[in-house]
Amino acid sequence: MISYIAQRLAGMIIVMFLVVSIVFVIVRVTPGDPASVMLGPEATQQDLTDLRNRLGLDRSIFIQYVFYFGQLLQGDLGQSIFLNMPVGAALLDRAEPTFFLTLFALLIACVIALPIGIYAAYRRGSVIDQFSTTLAMLAASIPSFWLGLILMQIFAVHYKIFPVSGYGGPGASFLTRMHHLSLPAIALGLVSSALILRFTRTSMLDVLGDDYIRTARAKGLVERVVILKHALKNALIPILTVIGLTAAVLISGAVVTETVFGLPGVGNLVVSAVLRRDYPVIQGALLVIAGLYVLINFAIDMLYLLVDPRVRY
Amino acid sequence: MKLKLAYFLATALIALPGFAIAQDKGGVINVATIGEPPTLDPMVSTADLVGIVTQHMFETLYTFDKNWNVTPLLADKLPEVSADGKVYTIKLRSDIKFHDGSVMTSKDVVASLNRWVKLASRGKQAGMFMDNVKASDPSTIVITLKQPYAPLASLLAFNNSAAIIIPADKQADNMTDFIGTGPYMLKDRKADQYIQLVKFKDYKSRAGAIDGYGGARQQNLDEIRFVPVPDANTRVEASVSGQYDYIDSLPVEAFDKLKAAKTTQPLMLKPFGYPVFVFNTAEGTAKNVGVRRAIRQALNMDDMLAAAFGSKDFYSLNGNIYPQPYSWATDAGSKGNYNVGDSAGAAKAAKEAGYDGKPVRILTSRQYEFHYKMAQVAAEYLKAAGFAVDMQVVDWATLTQRRAEKPLWDIYITHSPFLPEPALIGSLSASSPGWWDSALRNSTVEAFSAEADPKKRAELWANVQKAIYDEVPFIKIGDFNAVSAMSTKLQGVEPAPWPYFWNASIKK
Repeated sequence: MISYIAQRLAGMIIVMFLVVSIVFVIVRVTPGDPASVMLGPEATQQDLTDLRNRLGLDRSIFIQYVFYFGQLLQGDLGQSIFLNMPVGAALLDRAEPTFFLTLFALLIACVIALPIGIYAAYRRGSVIDQFSTTLAMLAASIPSFWLGLILMQIFAVHYKIFPVSGYGGPGASFLTRMHHLSLPAIALGLVSSALILRFTRTSMLDVLGDDYIRTARAKGLVERVVILKHALKNALIPILTVIGLTAAVLISGAVVTETVFGLPGVGNLVVSAVLRRDYPVIQGALLVIAGLYVLINFAIDMLYLLVDPRVRY
Repeated sequence: MKLKLAYFLATALIALPGFAIAQDKGGVINVATIGEPPTLDPMVSTADLVGIVTQHMFETLYTFDKNWNVTPLLADKLPEVSADGKVYTIKLRSDIKFHDGSVMTSKDVVASLNRWVKLASRGKQAGMFMDNVKASDPSTIVITLKQPYAPLASLLAFNNSAAIIIPADKQADNMTDFIGTGPYMLKDRKADQYIQLVKFKDYKSRAGAIDGYGGARQQNLDEIRFVPVPDANTRVEASVSGQYDYIDSLPVEAFDKLKAAKTTQPLMLKPFGYPVFVFNTAEGTAKNVGVRRAIRQALNMDDMLAAAFGSKDFYSLNGNIYPQPYSWATDAGSKGNYNVGDSAGAAKAAKEAGYDGKPVRILTSRQYEFHYKMAQVAAEYLKAAGFAVDMQVVDWATLTQRRAEKPLWDIYITHSPFLPEPALIGSLSASSPGWWDSALRNSTVEAFSAEADPKKRAELWANVQKAIYDEVPFIKIGDFNAVSAMSTKLQGVEPAPWPYFWNASIKK
């Protein structure tokens, strides 16, 4: 067990090293640079050169990489070129909208997907099963930003129940901020529910045909206990995996949805940073996102130990 | 009883106008912008968005009136210029306070202008002609030039790459304290979320009437919040829903939708500016002036503008660099050289010019969709005239980097608002990408820059425009309008290339 965890941790370090290196190189070889964005369209070549020198972009990529890596080893993600703040602080600043967006979207997805998935598997071939399969197919095919635009049109523009964009102004209360999150969370939740629904149904179908379910029924247990206690518990591993991965995708910033709804989350930060070539922010954000992926995968593997006694490392 | 009633009515009537005025004071407006400004230091950036936000916080010695003439702002009056055009004496207004409470003196102005010459691209442009800036007394500065340079006052008036006046002890290259003299001061900034400006209580407005960016600057609003909404479609929906009080830069296709909305109304700035094809005159296929003329002969501007802007409500054909009523409007050189669309003639002209069949590399970006649409139509017209075309579609940041590399392109597409002073047009500079540097350019542009008399300058500008048509460093495609929207409750906002809100108020 301990050697397994040690192996996993070593693997995680290698993955992170590769992420840092690949992201650094890709960002530097991409055309465009922060100086031209900051100085605007009328800047002269000399102005651009001066600013590049001031930002240290005139040095070779290798020297810049060594300097950046040294910073990272000291726990410093660098300073944003445009935001006048450290990258770590910028990411923390954006964590709240992304965290709550993820949480609400995941809650909505689970509330929709789990009961329907379980029921569809239980009543396999029924109208509800067919309906849920069609619904899941449809939801999986719809891009979340498109659904967001439709919801925006209905609930924000026509009925004015929700705001179109933003995250509340200065001093906005928690409730106001959550109000701004509602539409994007619903859009993301509906789309994310498709995958969870399909996995829940499939996983439950696998389990419901097993011998121990027949035994449980033969013992005279009520169906609710058979389904929820015996079947669901054993079907949970793939469902947990897909929920975890959905969380990882959402927490890394529902990039397009955040941009469409003008939410100042991590996804929006990454898009803005890419457009204005804010190298330290792109590098820092991708490093943190990759780190989260690695950690969530690790956590899911550890959770297997808890939900399935057969799993041993 | 009747007496009491009459007294009551009289009191009410007397109080009513005052009450009506009081109603329009105060309040907060939310302004949706196209994104987050890359900096809040308008000296270092030429980006329009930076100018739009920061013109409320910082002020310059001069600004522009409603007819785009230079008018004093922090200066007391227009500069006194010596007979040889080399010495500018500028008297400053008194008792002007910065947002930190200190009083502006000539020491602050000298320090700010030195920073401008050091950091700002327009400042560097002016700096080439400047010998020194000195304070002759606490409320007067003197700028001495090496040679006469008429655009100086306009450069001092511009709101991006701007000669803003900031305290002498806040002159660091990297601005961290945003202390100006403007009617609104920075309270809070959350990047990509909002920039919150609040009324500066010690602001001293100029006396007199409102006059474009000049004249009196009222402070009706308590707060102005600039909110970045980068997605154009979201800005349209936000306009219709009434979430914002002013929404900048909307796609022209949204005009009818905005017109039908109840809480908002479209605002059209007609004309806003012009799209332009800039040639690489230093290297590559377009180095040959004959090829550049052939390319111009091949293009049909009407079709290009129609593809880019749809309806004629949003564009107009105009080959003159400046439209009416600008004093710079002239048709010099444009007759027979604009909107020709003659494929056969262009093919013949290209052959005669020695066009070698190499692809014409057009550098464009979809960040401005109308650039891309115009490029597509232009490419077809060029192909019809026998040109090979290599369309290079990149994002804007890549374009701005690539256009600085002479070997990489032949044409790049950009656009510009109508700048109040032609000397501010970037493509006229020999060092800007395009690198137009010929004897004709030098003689016409230098003569124009050295002349101080406005009437003579207008004539000299006609010579510059003629030189542009002769040597084709760039092609103006036409005039286009800008669409924005504002709440039906917002008043006192005029359509402007860099919208400002110090005279705005909310109807209650």
